[in-house]
Parts: sequence; structure tokens; C-alpha cells
Amino acid sequence: MSVDIKTLGPAIALILLCIVGFLLNPAFLSEGNITNLLTRSAFIGIIAVGATFVITSGGIDLSVGSMAAVIAGVMIIVMNNAVDVFGTGIATVLVGCSCSIVLGLGAGWTNGMLTTKGKIEAFIVTLGTMGIFRSLVTYFADGGTLSLNYDIRSTYRPVYYDSFVGLPIPVWVFIAVAIAGWILLNWTAFGRYCTAIGSNEAVARYSAIKVDRIKTWTYVLQGLCVALATIIYVPRLGSASSSTGVLWELEAIAAVIIGGTVLKGGYGRIGGTILGALILTTIGNILNFTDVISNYLNGTMQGLIIIVAVWLQRGDWGRRSPPTS
Amino acid sequence: MKLKSALIAMALGSALGLAGAASAQEKIKIGVSYPTPTHAWASGMNWHAEKAEQRLEALYPDVDLILVNSPNPGAQASALEDLVSVHQIDALVVLPFESEPLTDPVLNVKKSGALITVVDRGLSQPGIEDIYVAGNNPELGRVSAVYMKSRLKEGDNIVILRGIPTLIDNERFDAFMAEIEGSGINVLDNKHANWNRDDGFEVMQDFLSRFPDIDAVWAQDDDIAIGVVAALKQAGRDGDGMFVVGGAGMKETIKSIMGGDKLVPVDVLYPPAMIATAMDVTVAAFKSNGPVAGRYILGATLITPENAESFYFPDSPF
Repeated sequence: MSVDIKTLGPAIALILLCIVGFLLNPAFLSEGNITNLLTRSAFIGIIAVGATFVITSGGIDLSVGSMAAVIAGVMIIVMNNAVDVFGTGIATVLVGCSCSIVLGLGAGWTNGMLTTKGKIEAFIVTLGTMGIFRSLVTYFADGGTLSLNYDIRSTYRPVYYDSFVGLPIPVWVFIAVAIAGWILLNWTAFGRYCTAIGSNEAVARYSAIKVDRIKTWTYVLQGLCVALATIIYVPRLGSASSSTGVLWELEAIAAVIIGGTVLKGGYGRIGGTILGALILTTIGNILNFTDVISNYLNGTMQGLIIIVAVWLQRGDWGRRSPPTS
Repeated sequence: MKLKSALIAMALGSALGLAGAASAQEKIKIGVSYPTPTHAWASGMNWHAEKAEQRLEALYPDVDLILVNSPNPGAQASALEDLVSVHQIDALVVLPFESEPLTDPVLNVKKSGALITVVDRGLSQPGIEDIYVAGNNPELGRVSAVYMKSRLKEGDNIVILRGIPTLIDNERFDAFMAEIEGSGINVLDNKHANWNRDDGFEVMQDFLSRFPDIDAVWAQDDDIAIGVVAALKQAGRDGDGMFVVGGAGMKETIKSIMGGDKLVPVDVLYPPAMIATAMDVTVAAFKSNGPVAGRYILGATLITPENAESFYFPDSPF
């Protein structure tokens, strides 16, 4: 792998951001803040790993934020009801987590089948399921907020708040998902098929790749990632409402694109996606660390940094033309 | 031509039929229109509206309250037209989705002769409504600041978490700052937490990393306050007399105030039950011998352990 600025772009952007953060306030690099940053990135990061596969194979999933909200809501309902049967111990939490995984796989599979067998554009399918999932969580919560039973909350709480060998558990989950995603994309036939389909679906089909099956799998994988993210999200505040996970889909897609994956498919980078998620969280964090910029301009700063980060990779000033698999 | 005249005849016939039905019942019909509840505060309002409907209809058998909720301003405008044409309402209680697009539709209802009560969000033209019932946003900010001043001394530090950048948020914030000015209490910084728990948690985490010495937090809203409390507990900075002031009157918050919580000792009321107040006043316009037209600005009451019980509705979703 030759060293060129295009692959290093996201890393450089992140380092620059960290320097800016440190100059604004040295507390930015304090251990507490770094831990907060990494933990916070875990949600979007894990979802974005799944999104990398979907986007690499030429699809898109707009439903992930709503999916996370509805899974969180159903998990809470299931766990609250399971207390009577399983008590307030680990068993109930495991029931909740299994429920999350099943729902994630199911929702992903539905998105995938509607896209492939249903022959509807992914954008429309997932726009539809986005609305469905969002209104379902509002319905389950009766318009309000679903709250986890207080006794289970203390059993489940460590999953978000506790650390293992110096790093919070959500960060470990993030690392594990990232490594698994990296291996899957770069070192397996499945990863190569995703890239091939994203490059040219017709050619992939003639090359005897089971296009529909592989594409459905990317959505299932996306659903699994959302389920994992939800499992570590719920213990944080123990609640879900219609405002849970709003715009996560756009943050996940932005993280993927900042990381160097091509939106129209055919080229994906897991490492870049991880950096993309870290960059997005860091921007929000830095904006909270300074009062130099008006609160009303937060969106402007985020937008500018996203555009610049992508321009650094795509601009025609590098030595190579944009990667096309 | 034949088809057209047949249609006209049918329309006339049904209009006559409706008019006949209305005069036969001679009920006082009051339409109540508000946005479809999609967040906790609004679903609390929905709950209180339904409660008030049951209570008032039981009290006055000749009063018929018609509750309609709409998912967007356009749908609300259509709902208002239906209330006039289908139900022929005598009065309208309306919480407009947005001021601008609903001013004309409400004006049309007024032209039909109905009494108009506007709740919470004013219309963009003055003089349309006969009765106006609203919470008091500047007062919410001021009452919160007065409480802060009663607990803190000169040189103490607070941080502020604000809502979604809107007029409501500005009114609360500006009134708070005006009251706190000159007290010697330092406002370290303010950031928008968008009236939501996740943002409350993250913004507070960042405030805690950034400022080693914080004595109190104005979270402005109960949802934000829940996120703030989680962040304080995570950082182990929830002791030493640290306290958080939210706002609105969420039932969980009020319950813990009743239990003597030290971290969130008080709350400032911005009640979703104001819709019930508006319905009461509107019915009174037909039933009471006293005059009712005018502006009702509800107090932003400070909820303390002593008075919390009267603001606690365990069955409400909010």
C-alpha cells in the first residue's frame, strides 16, 4: 500500500482537529474527555461500519436512526415485562439483548429483501422504513418516553459506564466491530463481492456473483450493527423516545463518506469510516469546548469540516485520480 | 349537465340534512385542535385534553367537546375547516402548530361566528382570539434565576443548557440572564441541548471536562436535566451541594422532588395541562355568569417538595 495523501486524509483531518481542540482548551486532551469522545463515537461508529458495506455495494440505508430508536423502545418494553419472569438479574438483560439482535437482523433483512426481490430503490425502501420505525417508537411510547425499570437499570448500567483494561466497554465493542468489519471487507470473498457489485452490478451478475443475496446480506449486517449499537446505547440513559437516534442515518453516512468510501459504491474503507465517526464526534465536542463560535453556527462548522475533509481526498490536486476499484 | 345538477341537488340535500340534525341536538359544540403528540410534553397535553373532555361533558350534558389532533400545519388547517363545516362548532380551542400558516384558517373559523380560544402559541395577527391561554416563558427563566440566586453566593459558577434555538428558548434564556445579572454569579457558558436527554448528557460531559468548578446547572427542561444528572453521576460530581434546575413539570421529576431529591430539588412549571385550563375557560364562556374574554398567562410556579403533590399526575404520560 503506497502512502498517499488521499488515504491519509481522514487521519490528517482528525489530528488537525485534535490540535485545534487542544489549543482552544488543554482539557480537550484530558483522559476523561478522550474517554467520553471514544465512547460517544461508538454508536455512530458501529452503525457506520455496517453502512460501509451497504454503501460499498451501491446501496444506501436511511432507516438506521429510526431502527435504533424502535429497537431501543422494544428492548425496554421486553425487559420491563421480563422482570416478572426472569427477575432483575443478567437473564433479563440477555433477553433484551437477544431481542435487539433478532429485531436488527429482521429489520435489515426486510430492507434487503424489499430492495432486491421487491426491486424498489434502496433510497425509497429505507425512506419508507425510516418513517415506519420512527412512528412505531412514538406509538409504543404513547408519544412520550419509554423508561427502563430502575432495578434492571442498575444491572445493565455497567455495559455503558464500566471499563475493561482502561477503556469503557462500548469502546471495546466498537473496536471488535471495526476489526470484524475490516477483515470481512478486505479479506473475504463477501467483501470483494460487495466491491464488485458496487462497481458494476451487471458485470458482477455475469461473473456468477449472487448479487441479490450479497446485497441482502449487507442490509442484514447493517441491521446487526444497529442492534449492537442499541445494546450499548440503552444502558446510558435507560430510555427511548421519538427523539432517539434522530439524524443518526446522516451522521453514519457522513462518517462513511468522510472516511473515503465512495457514495455511489465500488470502493469502501472501514478504517476511514472509523476515523470519519471520530471526526464527527470530535467536531461536536470541540464546539462544546469553546464559546468563540456562536451556538447558532454549530451546523455551519460541522458542514464546513465535512466538506473540507472530503475535498482533501477527492480534490484533483493529488497524484491519482479518484479510486475506482 | 344532468350529472352536475344532480350533484348540486345532493349537496344541497345533505347540507339541509346536517343543518336539521344540528338544530335538533342544540348542543354547545366546542372544537379542540392541537398537534399530534410526538414528544412527551405534547402527549401530556393530549392526556390532559382527554381528561378535561370527560370531566366537562359529565358536568354539562349539553356540551360536546370534539378533540382533533393533526400531524402538520396543513392538516390542522383542514381539520379547522372540517370543524366548521361538518360539526358547526360554537367555539374553537386551538393550539396552533405554527403561528403564520394557521392565522388565516383560525380567522375563517372566527368569521363563522365561533368563539376563539388560542393556547400557548399566539397567532401572527392580533385581535383574532377572544381568549388567550399560555404558559410564561420569560417567567420560567426569571423564576429559575431567582431560585439560583437564593441558593448560590457571589463568585459561584453555573452552566446553562438551552433548548432548540427558537423564540421560546430565547425568551427563557434572556429573562434568566437579566435576573442573574449583577448577582455576582458567573455563567461559565451556555450551549444548546435541544430539549433532549442524549444532548443533555453529552453537553454536560463536555462542560464537566472543561470546567473543574461548577456549582449549579440550569437545564431549563426536565428531559435535558435527566441527561445532565446521568453525566454528573458518571463523573462523580453529583455531591457537594451541586444542584440542577429543569423545567416543564415531568411526572418523574415531580415525584423525585416529592421524595426530597437533593440533586434536582425543584422544578419550574410549564404545564401541558394548560389545554385543560383553556377548555375550562371556553366552556365557562357559555356557562358562567362572569365575563371570561381576555388573556390568561399562567404562572411559572416553582415546584418544591411542599407543593409538588398538586402538580403530580401519575397516569399522564408526561
